[in-house]
Formats: sequence, C-alpha cells, structure tokens
Amino acid sequence: MTTDKTPSKITNSEKIYEEHEEAVNKAGDIQYFEKQEKVYPKRVWGKYRLIKWLVMAFTLGIYYLSPFIRWDRGPNAPDQAILIDLYGPRAYFFSIEIWPQEVYILTGILILAAIMLFFITSLAGRIWCGYYCPQTVWTDLFVWVERFVQGDRNARRKLAAAPWSFEKIWKLTLTHSIWIVIGMFTGGAFVLYFNDAPTLIQDIINLEASPVPLSFIAGLTLSTYIMAGYAREQVCTYMCPYARFQSAMFDKDTLIIGYDEARGEKRGKHKKGETWDGRGHCIDCTACVQVCPMGIDIRDGLQMECIACGLCIDACDGVMEKIGLEKGLIRYDTPAGMEESARLRKEAGEEGAHKTHHASTFKFFRPRTFYYGGIMTLVGCIMLYALIFRSPLELHILRDRAPVFVQLSNGDIRNGYVLKILNKTHEHKHFTLHVDGIENSQIDIKAAGDASENDLFVPADSVGSFRVYIKAPIEPQKALDIKFIVKDKETLETAEYNSVFITRRD
Amino acid sequence: MSDDHKKEIDDVSGVETTGHEWDGLKELNNPLPRWWLWVWLASIVWGVIYFTLYPAWPVPGGHTKGALGYTQFNELKENQAEITERQSQYLKRFENASYKEIFEDPELYAFANAGGASAFKDNCATCHGAGGVGAKGYPNLNDDDWLWGGKLADIEQTLKYGIRAEHIDTRVSQMPAFGKDGLLSAKEISTVVDFVLALSDPKKDAFTLKGAEIFAKQCASCHGPQGKGDHEFGAPNLTDKIWLYGGDRHTLYETIFYARGGVMPNWEGRLDSNTIRQLAVYLHELGGGEEQLTMEGNNNDHGQDTEQDN
Repeated sequence: MTTDKTPSKITNSEKIYEEHEEAVNKAGDIQYFEKQEKVYPKRVWGKYRLIKWLVMAFTLGIYYLSPFIRWDRGPNAPDQAILIDLYGPRAYFFSIEIWPQEVYILTGILILAAIMLFFITSLAGRIWCGYYCPQTVWTDLFVWVERFVQGDRNARRKLAAAPWSFEKIWKLTLTHSIWIVIGMFTGGAFVLYFNDAPTLIQDIINLEASPVPLSFIAGLTLSTYIMAGYAREQVCTYMCPYARFQSAMFDKDTLIIGYDEARGEKRGKHKKGETWDGRGHCIDCTACVQVCPMGIDIRDGLQMECIACGLCIDACDGVMEKIGLEKGLIRYDTPAGMEESARLRKEAGEEGAHKTHHASTFKFFRPRTFYYGGIMTLVGCIMLYALIFRSPLELHILRDRAPVFVQLSNGDIRNGYVLKILNKTHEHKHFTLHVDGIENSQIDIKAAGDASENDLFVPADSVGSFRVYIKAPIEPQKALDIKFIVKDKETLETAEYNSVFITRRD
Repeated sequence: MSDDHKKEIDDVSGVETTGHEWDGLKELNNPLPRWWLWVWLASIVWGVIYFTLYPAWPVPGGHTKGALGYTQFNELKENQAEITERQSQYLKRFENASYKEIFEDPELYAFANAGGASAFKDNCATCHGAGGVGAKGYPNLNDDDWLWGGKLADIEQTLKYGIRAEHIDTRVSQMPAFGKDGLLSAKEISTVVDFVLALSDPKKDAFTLKGAEIFAKQCASCHGPQGKGDHEFGAPNLTDKIWLYGGDRHTLYETIFYARGGVMPNWEGRLDSNTIRQLAVYLHELGGGEEQLTMEGNNNDHGQDTEQDN
C-alpha cells in the first residue's frame, strides 16, 4: 500500500481536490478495539451518482407511498393494495391474497429474492449493496441532509473538530432533527403496511392510535437514526452477512469496481504540461478516497468493504476529464478484463502507454449464471403455478381419534370428523356435502342452527368448521377409504378430501 | 494492555500481531470495532437493570425477588383474569339462554362446546376416558345408549346430582345380587343368561320358556317386559349391542350373581351451573344426544334414533 504522508506542492489536480487524503479505514497503531473514524463522503457528480439519486427516489417513493394505493376487493375485504393484516390474518398484494397456511408463497418470494441476488451479484457484483440496499439508501439520504445543513466534506470535518459554538449547535441540532423526522416517517410508513393507512394516520393525528403501532414507529425511528446516522458503513462491514459471503458468488468474470493498476501506476502528483512518460495516470489526487462512503481506497484492490456504488468512478472520471486523459482509470470491469487490458497495454509498449486498453471480455453465459438462472426460473414457475392455480375453495378433514369409532345400540358403526371448509372468496357461500366410498351411510352435522349436508353455510373469507358424524350399518372390517366432497351450490365448484372410515380395532 | 512494542506484521497473513507469543505462535490482531465493546458494556448494564427489576440470583432460602415483584404465578393469575373477563360477555348470555336458544346461536353453541370439552378433560376424562370413550363399567358417552336418559335435562340432572352419590337428590337404584343373596340358583341364573343373550341376538337359539318366566318375574320390573330398559331406574337396554360390563356369558353370569351399580359423584357444588350446562351440551353433541333442538335438517335421522330407543 502506497502511503505518502508528506504534503506536496500545489498541483493541477489539487485545485480540484484540495487536501491530500488518507483512507479512513487503515491500520494504525495497535488497537484491540478499533475506533470508528467517521467517514465524510465528498459530493460528486457523474453517471453513477445520477443513477443512485434516481434509484433512491424510486425506492423511497415506493416505500413511502405504496401503502396509500387503493385496490377494490368488494365489500368484504380491505381496499388497501398492499396490506399485511396480522389479526385477519391475511396478506394482500393487489389481486393476490394469502392465508396463513399459504405462507410458503412468502418463502418462495424470499428464495426467489435470494437467488436473484446471487444471480445479479455473480454478473455485476454488489450492485444491490451499492444502490438498492435500504442501509445504503437511507445512509445516502442522511449524508445528503448532513451536507445540506453543514456543507461538504471539509466544512463538515471542520465543524466536527471546531469547539462548541452557536453555529455548531444549531447546525448539529438541525441535522439530527431532520434525521429523526426522516426516521419517524420511515417507521410511520412501515406500520402502514400492517394497518389501513388512512385510518391509522387519522388515529395517530387524533392521538387515538394503539400502543402497538406507536411502539413500532418509535423503535424504527430509533433504528433508522442509529443505523443511517451513526452505524452507516459499520453495518456493511461488521453486521451484514451478505458482505461476507458475496465472495462465494464472485469469479473472474464478475463485474467489480476496479482500479486499472497497469495504467495508473506508478502514481504521483502531476503538473499541467508535464510529460506522462515513465509514469502512471493516477495523479494521486485521492478524489476516489474522498467520495467513498465506505472510507476505503479502491486503489488497494477489491476489498470486503466495497459496496460497488461507483462513486469513485464518477470522481476519477471527473478528474481524468479535467486533466485531459481518457476516463476509466477506475471502472466497472471484471478481474479477467483488467488482466486482459494489462496484457494489451504491455503488448502495445511505449506507444500505447497513454491509451486505454479496455478489453471487452464480459461473459454473460457462464455455468454460474446458468444455474442461478435455472433455479430462479424454476422457483418463479412454481410460484406462478401456485398463484394461478390457487383454489378459492379448500377442504380439510380432521378425523376423531378418541374415540376412533363408536358402536351404536343397533349395531351401526359411527365415525366422527371435523370438516373445515375454506372459503377464500369474498362472497358468502353455501355448500353441499357428499361422502363416497361407504354404502347406506347417514350424515349427521352437529352445528348450531340448521346446518345439514344439503346446506353448509360459510361466510366470505373465512373457514367454516363443522362436526360431522357418519354412521352406517356395517360389519366390522378393514378400514374403508372414503372421500368427502363439498360442492359450491352456486358455482358447482368442488373440493375433495380423502379419509377413512374405521369399524374395528386393528 | 499497554503495548509499547513496535508494530510487527505477520508474513503469511500480512496482519499485525499483538506481540503475544506462545511456543512460537503469535496472536494476530484483527481488532473488533469499538462500538462492539460498547454493545457488550450496554448489555452488562441491561443485565444489572434486569436483575434489579426481576427475580434473578439464587440466595439461601430462595432467590432475589426483584423490584417489580414479578412471578410467573402472578402472570398466570393475570392471564386467567383476562380470560375470565373475555369469557364474561358470553357467560352472561349463556347463563340466561335456554338450551334451545344455545342451539340456535352459533356463538353460544361454540362457547358451550369449547367450555364443555375443556371441563370434561379436567373432571370427567379420569373415568370416562379422553373423548368420553369409556371403559368397562364406565359408559362410553359417544354412543346413543343412555342409562339415565340422553336428553339435555337428563344429562344435566345426572351431572348435577350424580349416580348413587352423596347428594340427596342423586339418581339411585339397586339391582339385586341374585346369586349372592340366594334369590336365584346357579342353574336359574344360567338359564336367564341364555335368555338375555338371545334378547340382543335373535340368531341365538337360546330362547327358553323357563328363561322367559324368570326374566318376567325377576328382571322385567326394571328392565321392562321386552328387556328394553328404563331410564327411570337407570336400567340398561338389554336388547342392544352395547354392554357396559361385557356381553359374554361369563360376565353376564357375574353381573346377575353379584349385581352391578356404578357410582358417579355429584358435580353440583364442585362445578358451577354454567360449567355443568356446558358439559351437558358437550356430551349431548358427542353424537348420542336424544333430542333435536335445531329447527330442521337432521329430523329424519333423529327420528330413527328415537325409534330404536323405544
């Protein structure tokens, strides 16, 4: 690792980035517990920064606004498009509705998300971390607030080092207040996914909300404030497991953020008009270090801390443009590509020393992308199947186990069952019950009111539970396989369930 | 932990060492973040707060009680109070409802069955078995054969006052010990056993004039001229397939020789009247209940049941 700590003469590059900078997360004197050095990312403009702003607007927009989307489901169901009703208990996502026993769909979504993450990581590195991860998005937002109130990197550092003054107090107070307000909105939006949004907001305004959502808002306000305000890059480095096992998805064809060492070294300060002969293109302006939200020096190579946000690329490209060199000294490239470009550079010799040698070696089709893609497609198809063929009517039978069977006074044998009819539609339904596989049987339904096998009433979006006795004049014999069939009286849709009729102790 | 040593970098890993050495092995220093230390200290503080508030340390004669005075027994009491509170809205309605009203109201019906099922497990299953399956001498409560009647009012009365129990209103009857007390000779008992066996199984060709004569004289007063039993005396129906003590020749002989007389305690005074009524509904709905309270639907089915009982 090159560490030149002596301040040098003013150069062209230093007019753009005025201070000589060291990476914050660098080994110093021996410490058993490392002090967290605050990272003050400098403002940067460029392609990747723009993408990050757009992604932030998009993801935060989804997060804060989607509880307000309405979706008409008729009179017997809520009209919130995305709602997890824990007391229902039902989960709604637009036209999809999930009952607790269908939680495997949630499992499927998680598996799909994990495999998609593997897939995209094997192709393009940690772009999830750099652009989409809530930790990154909220930290970015908090840094933006910090910069808005206190100014850019140097101003913030100065303010932090300055003695207490009126200016310091109001600036810090304002920053932290805005953070807390953002935190409150974050927690507030979260609970809206579990409640009817307009009603809950009304309740909160009228101070009538129950303690459960309020304590969740408080908890998430606190966690947002701590995670995005203080913990920041520590979360990615020390808490997040994904950062640790991402290397398992990397190979030499994975896009990473790389410093073109062959082109950049030997680095050194550069004055306008000086020749580039015999030296590298890196002018050691440390722009890449100053903008890094993780506080690392990308020129040290691929590091565990790097979240692949691309801000160092923007910073370096900006500098390259100003000093009239080609962009791409730091760029998204694969390790194989970097190697290839180094080889090309070597081949070109002196003549090609000042050109870029970007090798287009990116390979989309690799065993890794095939099997991640394969699993993804498979899980996606299974889920699609489950959703498309989700039956609005389900039947479950619980057989009595004590007693297994009952002999009646006239010698008939009776078996008891509990019938559960799941009516997942939003309409009240009437069903008929029929039992196949046993002759001369009589069905007796024990229920309040006038339930009978010709009319089992199940209200909309609920489970009807009926105690059913079946008796038949039958000699003790091997257990009979019987089949329960319920039929919707209106749509004639049926659901079946296989059970047994036991007549003796075997 | 003041280490004034010079920084030493391990060749293999490129990581600095702590300078601590054991048998030539040096410890690498990969420092934890300092906030980790703070989290650890914070959890110690949390621990101190926790054992100040809650019971924690074992001390002679028990344990520290904690400032909040928390015990799991108290929590149980609170939870039970909460459940009683939640039940009270149903209990009030249940208390004032007739059986007919209960059977027409799905909520009360479910409430009665759930309460009955739970009370049954606590109080009745000891003798009658889980789910009321019964055992020798302990009637199966799922079938349609009742000694003292299977209407709701009958069941409620049996539950309240018991059978041959200590209550003054208890159901009581006594079968004579025909053999032991010398009312019938061994041969006569044998003859009447054959007769009784034939009652429930017409295929058995054991019908004798002598047996019929003894039965009419000794048994019919309680068990009825046709042996169909009588709920008033708790006399079982001898013509059906259900035997409380066993329907084989040997057991029947024993029954007639020594007589039978099961005992069930009276539950009035031990269970409140709501629980007893819940139990009555639950037992009735185990499948053998003798009257139909719902308006329509199963009347046909039920009509046959009553026919058999007569």
